[in-house]
Amino acid sequence: MDVTFRIRRYNPESTTNPKPHWQEFSLKDVAETDRVLELLHRIKWEQDGTLTLRRSCSHGICGSDAMRINGRNALACKLLIRDVGEKVQIEPILGLRVLKDLVVDMEPFFEHYRSVMPYFINNTPVPADGRERLQTIEDRAKFDNTTNCILCAACTTSCPSFWANGKYVGPAAIVQAHRFIFDSRDQGAEERLDVLADPNGVWRCRTIYNCTPACPRGIEVTRAIGEVKLAIRKGSPEGIINVNDIPQHT
Amino acid sequence: MQTHQFDAVIVGAGGAGLMAALYASQGGANVAVVSKLYPTRSHTGAALGGIGAALGNLEEDNPLWHAYDTVKGGDYLADQNAVKVLAEEAIDSIIELEHMGLPFDRTSEGRISQRRFGGHTSNFGEKPVRRACHSADRTGHMILQTLYQQCIKNNVRFFDEFHVVDLIMNQGKAVGTVAIQLGTGEMHVFHAKATLFATGGWGRVWQITSNAHSLTGDGSAVVFRRGVPMQDMEFYQFHPTGLYGLGVLLTEGIRGEGGILLNRHGQRFMEKYAPKIKDLASRDVVSRSIYLELREGNGIGGKDYVHLDIRPETVNRYLAEAGETRRVDDAYIAQALAETLELCRTYAGVDPLTEPMPIQPTAHYAMGGIPTNINAEVVIDENWTVLPGLYAAGECACVSCHGANRLGTNSLVDLVVFGRRGGKAIADYVKRASFTPLPSNPTGEIEAEINRLRNSKGKTRPGELRKMMQTSMMSNVGVFRIESGIKQGISDVQELRERYQTDLTIDDRGFQFNTDLIEAWELGCLLDLALVTGKSAVERTESRGGHSREDYQNRDDDKWMCHTLAYRKGDNPYPRGTMDLEINHNKKVDTSLADVDKRFLPKERVY
Repeated sequence: MDVTFRIRRYNPESTTNPKPHWQEFSLKDVAETDRVLELLHRIKWEQDGTLTLRRSCSHGICGSDAMRINGRNALACKLLIRDVGEKVQIEPILGLRVLKDLVVDMEPFFEHYRSVMPYFINNTPVPADGRERLQTIEDRAKFDNTTNCILCAACTTSCPSFWANGKYVGPAAIVQAHRFIFDSRDQGAEERLDVLADPNGVWRCRTIYNCTPACPRGIEVTRAIGEVKLAIRKGSPEGIINVNDIPQHT
Repeated sequence: MQTHQFDAVIVGAGGAGLMAALYASQGGANVAVVSKLYPTRSHTGAALGGIGAALGNLEEDNPLWHAYDTVKGGDYLADQNAVKVLAEEAIDSIIELEHMGLPFDRTSEGRISQRRFGGHTSNFGEKPVRRACHSADRTGHMILQTLYQQCIKNNVRFFDEFHVVDLIMNQGKAVGTVAIQLGTGEMHVFHAKATLFATGGWGRVWQITSNAHSLTGDGSAVVFRRGVPMQDMEFYQFHPTGLYGLGVLLTEGIRGEGGILLNRHGQRFMEKYAPKIKDLASRDVVSRSIYLELREGNGIGGKDYVHLDIRPETVNRYLAEAGETRRVDDAYIAQALAETLELCRTYAGVDPLTEPMPIQPTAHYAMGGIPTNINAEVVIDENWTVLPGLYAAGECACVSCHGANRLGTNSLVDLVVFGRRGGKAIADYVKRASFTPLPSNPTGEIEAEINRLRNSKGKTRPGELRKMMQTSMMSNVGVFRIESGIKQGISDVQELRERYQTDLTIDDRGFQFNTDLIEAWELGCLLDLALVTGKSAVERTESRGGHSREDYQNRDDDKWMCHTLAYRKGDNPYPRGTMDLEINHNKKVDTSLADVDKRFLPKERVY
């Protein structure tokens, strides 16, 4: 089949057209199982080498190629043509400064990520037998969903609260904090809950729910944010998550 | 141009690089990590099934058994001193990862859970053993995230999206690297006492590959161009279970959980080729078996793929047949192999719980690379002479703990064990060493090459040359090889190298995020490594592990218990037609385990 791509272009170095604009490309012999990323590559490799995007693994695990595809955030390597149709509109993700074509400035995103202390904290001595700390299967299951995060920014840049106020830490940073707050081995919950109780923390979330469908990793982002809100109100992560309530994905 | 100075510079931010950065900085070194990708984009994150260590959490295990499996899996080419380190230090390293917070799956006792994996056995090959520590089937993702988190905690300095394009040598030492800042196109010199390359593999040499687009072997090519040999480049692993047509990896953990390979007759063909451990034989063995089935017309529907079946009814039938009590159901498979199910559903439209998965072998892992000793120091000859200031770890390196074929899970073990050793060795070295001055004009030659590419005005785009290389290498230097085919591959690559020099063109002449230029540069690295692979392969007239010659079908231990070392000769370091290459086989395999235990002596490899 034939497919038309309408792509938001911006090249600050261009002498002929340095302003943001749309450009159309036509592709022939497209299969409905072709990935959007493959077709962007075909444009870049066969028609216009200046088309600029980030990508690496091409199967949804590295998190490089989040973009706005037909108005929704997704990874270009995880959407097939049969998912998006024969007319495909591609834009950079919103809320971060565009540097060139589909490449945005990720630094503010990573700054928010770093602000929630996204690392394991446990200052007690490790077990005397030199082995692992123990954790029950149930305790491990409580934060399993949020360990899926690949920092692609699809959730944060789909969030109207983030678009309105870039100081909001955003869904991805909260997901990353959740992964540690609800890990029975971790001891930094109190500090993280303090950070997230800040005016630019979880309370900027208005439960608009854009983030959950935007996540390419099946993370229940809004739910995770809700659990962090409950933990802040309660002053502790204890008793917030009941393992039997965790939805099973099959 | 900007110049930076650090005690140590780590090139690459995957598992090996981050591990080295962490240990070097904890050891007191002032460290910078320079990476062409944001660290969490690194391909360690794509590793699925597990990381092997003889923890013995579910059944008896022993590091010596792990070492034996690794030596046998490597078809006796692995250096046994390195294998011993790998198997022994795996245990400590994995416990340390858990202490860093890595969320491993748990046993009912709350310990790290373990599963079976290809080639891992108990008691010197007796039966499969649960050795692969796992976190669902996203173990590599968890390792990468955990290490990056720890680097943030320890304030490691990162230069993200800085692409290293040259190694700077002076007075016989490695004194730094040159990188392009992708956002600006500006050149940066990183002056360092120690530089460690952890830049991963080069699966993009081949047409069907599990590797990321970014796996173009830049690090290995860069040091090769500055005189460091490439070791054992003919040994490249094709993973048996790539998703048909795409090459995306489906984990060996599927077979670890009981998945079965079937041909178009519904026959479990691995019973023929590996009677004892069947579908869990080493990857090289399984990939060749699939090719033989395809050659006999046993592919599904006459096409070049076979089925991998993880449907619970299939798994349980074979478990019952084998007299095992374990059974699986949909919910268990859905949890244990969540990533795999998702990949199949997204890309093949196949639900593995109701249909078998279409698979074909996919270019996956370089056993060869930059030669190092067990402290990740780069060594440049058969006498293990160290090149001061230069280190390498992970897939780009060849220590050689994998020999002629790597066992599943051992890539992750390699990068944590030897990344850690490299980090510690660097911390120690930079305390003793002083800075060697930079040579005059350290960026002159590389800037000229980059500008040549930026302004190239031929007729062929890099993508076109790359595709031709990938097609030729897939059919000529793939799973099975023969002299005439390899020679065809070499001559194809040489012609493409000539066109790379004379007929290349790119569209983007700019400086900011010029990925057109970067892809052209990466293609040059691939063309170098493809040629070295071909030339190393044609010289080794035997079959061993991942190097399988149809014209020399047997392993020849009298002649070939040695490593291949390939050196670039001549003045121009960049791809141009043929390459003056000097290859020798003087470096003998280390057999220190066999010297004290006869079970490690080479023998026929039966699974």
